[in-house]
Amino acid sequence: MSDTTPNPTTDERIKAEPLISRMMKRPELGAIAGVVLVAIFFLISADSAMFTTSGIINFLTPAAQLGILAIGAAMLMIGGEFDLSIGSMVAFAGLFFGICVMVWGLPLIVAIPLTFLFSAFVGAINGVIVIRSGLPSFIVTLAFLFILRGLSLVGLKWASGGSTQLRGVRDATENDWLAPIFSGDAFPGLFAWLAERGLVETFKNGTPKVTGIPVEILWFIVLALVATYILLRTPVGNWIFAAGGDSTAASNSGVPVRKVKVSLFMVTACCAALVAIITVIDAGSTDARRGFQKEFEAIIAAVIGGCLLTGGYGSAIGAFFGSIIFGMVVIGLTYTDFDQDWFQVFLGGMLLIAVLFNNAIRKRVTGER
Amino acid sequence: MTDDSKFHHGDVKQNAAPIVQMKDIEKHFGNIIALAGVSFDICPGECHCLLGDNGAGKSTFIKTMSGVHQPTHGEILFEGKPLSFATPRDSMEAGIATVFQDLAMIPLMSVSRNFFMGREPTKGRGLTKRFDVAKANDITMTEMRKMGINLRGPDQAVGTLSGGERQTVAIARAVYFGAKVLILDEPTSALGVRQTSNVLATIDKVRSQGVGVVFISHNVRHALAVGDRFTVLNRGKTLGTAKRGEISPEELQDLMAGGQELAQLEGSLEGTV
Repeated sequence: MSDTTPNPTTDERIKAEPLISRMMKRPELGAIAGVVLVAIFFLISADSAMFTTSGIINFLTPAAQLGILAIGAAMLMIGGEFDLSIGSMVAFAGLFFGICVMVWGLPLIVAIPLTFLFSAFVGAINGVIVIRSGLPSFIVTLAFLFILRGLSLVGLKWASGGSTQLRGVRDATENDWLAPIFSGDAFPGLFAWLAERGLVETFKNGTPKVTGIPVEILWFIVLALVATYILLRTPVGNWIFAAGGDSTAASNSGVPVRKVKVSLFMVTACCAALVAIITVIDAGSTDARRGFQKEFEAIIAAVIGGCLLTGGYGSAIGAFFGSIIFGMVVIGLTYTDFDQDWFQVFLGGMLLIAVLFNNAIRKRVTGER
Repeated sequence: MTDDSKFHHGDVKQNAAPIVQMKDIEKHFGNIIALAGVSFDICPGECHCLLGDNGAGKSTFIKTMSGVHQPTHGEILFEGKPLSFATPRDSMEAGIATVFQDLAMIPLMSVSRNFFMGREPTKGRGLTKRFDVAKANDITMTEMRKMGINLRGPDQAVGTLSGGERQTVAIARAVYFGAKVLILDEPTSALGVRQTSNVLATIDKVRSQGVGVVFISHNVRHALAVGDRFTVLNRGKTLGTAKRGEISPEELQDLMAGGQELAQLEGSLEGTV
């Protein structure tokens, strides 16, 4: 959809499209505009500390954790399906990961792939039921929202002997060579070096205020880039748009719609597993409330990012910016004098504006009148 | 009516070997007999019209020809050899392309993405194997220009095209991917006058490239404007095939409706049907 290669022989009867109208057709435009607006709002109303390096990292961290889910959710939405169970999936994958590490005593190199495999399997169950039954994914995954949350509670009590928390993961993973890829800060050396030169803020004793970039932010950026590449530059991406746009038309044209959709459910579940692994290692414990209501937040971020609820349209970059808006608002309000509970009002308002905006954009793209 | 047509009609050679021959096809769904002995064939470079009223079995017949349904009885010969298509994919690979009424197009996607949907050109290999967008765009623009449609750009959404243009994209796509037989399911039924004539012109272009066109319609005028042979389907049976010039629009109309009743009706409507 971004394919704008210049044409060797243009038709003289067709006027060149102005840049603005071409930009209006990009699904992520709304989210980018939203980021700018929200940033301006906080630049005016919030404490200036919000836009220092440490402030930015402060709001990017929750944005990244949500964003990893939102990118998965966005791809699934473009493919025409929903997954309401991703929040519960975070808790469930966290439980599985906790059991791998704590009960079975597996090293991360085994525990992490195993957690991904297990999550992909659960995602596949979701997908296969939706595809086989032809029921709306909304209702099937709503069932799994409760099933997985309940299983997480029961499983945690079993694994921890009665508690809904499983502690001690940090001690078990601290010295694992794989842990730095999934927890803590990246590039501490770079930040220390910058601090020495006085290029970043430091505490009195000379250590930088920001010791590195939290790894989830890097995962978030990498995932957004990979998802965008897949969507726009691979045949599979075309199949995802096609499957979501009209699954009958797509399968009549030879697109393996079922495989595409089931794989998307698996990818979404794996995104949940990634968030689970990162947060469990970081916090050193897993508990049953992890990921609570994240499914809604992820879907909201995807919608703010330009995804249509009906599928077939949207972008991963949009979900990326949608999540950043989310992080900015959640954390930004603490830098202002506003009551923090305004956050929910803001979120609902953003969602409503985004849906109205997307609807208008869709009509523009399809030339509907 | 048949003489003033602006199209140069296909020169069907008397002994041209048919690409697809369907002999005495029957199709039953439980106790319903949808097709009760249909014979039909299509030669390269001709436009064979299949006419029939609603419920005559046209859809079942196309679906049998394109591999969606397997016939209960009867024989399908493809280039002289008996063949049975298990899936639509099989018939597509053999060279039978079907353009259904829904066109298998996605309005939100660009023309070029629709054109190559499910058959994307790629470059690179292994992990760098990717959708060759530039090539897809180039081919789309060229193919569409051949059909007489100038797109604003390959990234123009299909939703912004008119019904006739969409039909043309679907036809161009089928021909580009090597269709030997093109089945068009009521391509003109939802179109205005101008768009209809565009689509009929497209059919003519495709025919002149040696593709056999099966044109399904219930509109006798549209069929006569472009068809070389006409077969009428009524209540699941073929009522015979006529060559161009051998049959009048009135006769065709009568056959489609099963004769009698329409003749009376037509009388009362003073020949406006």
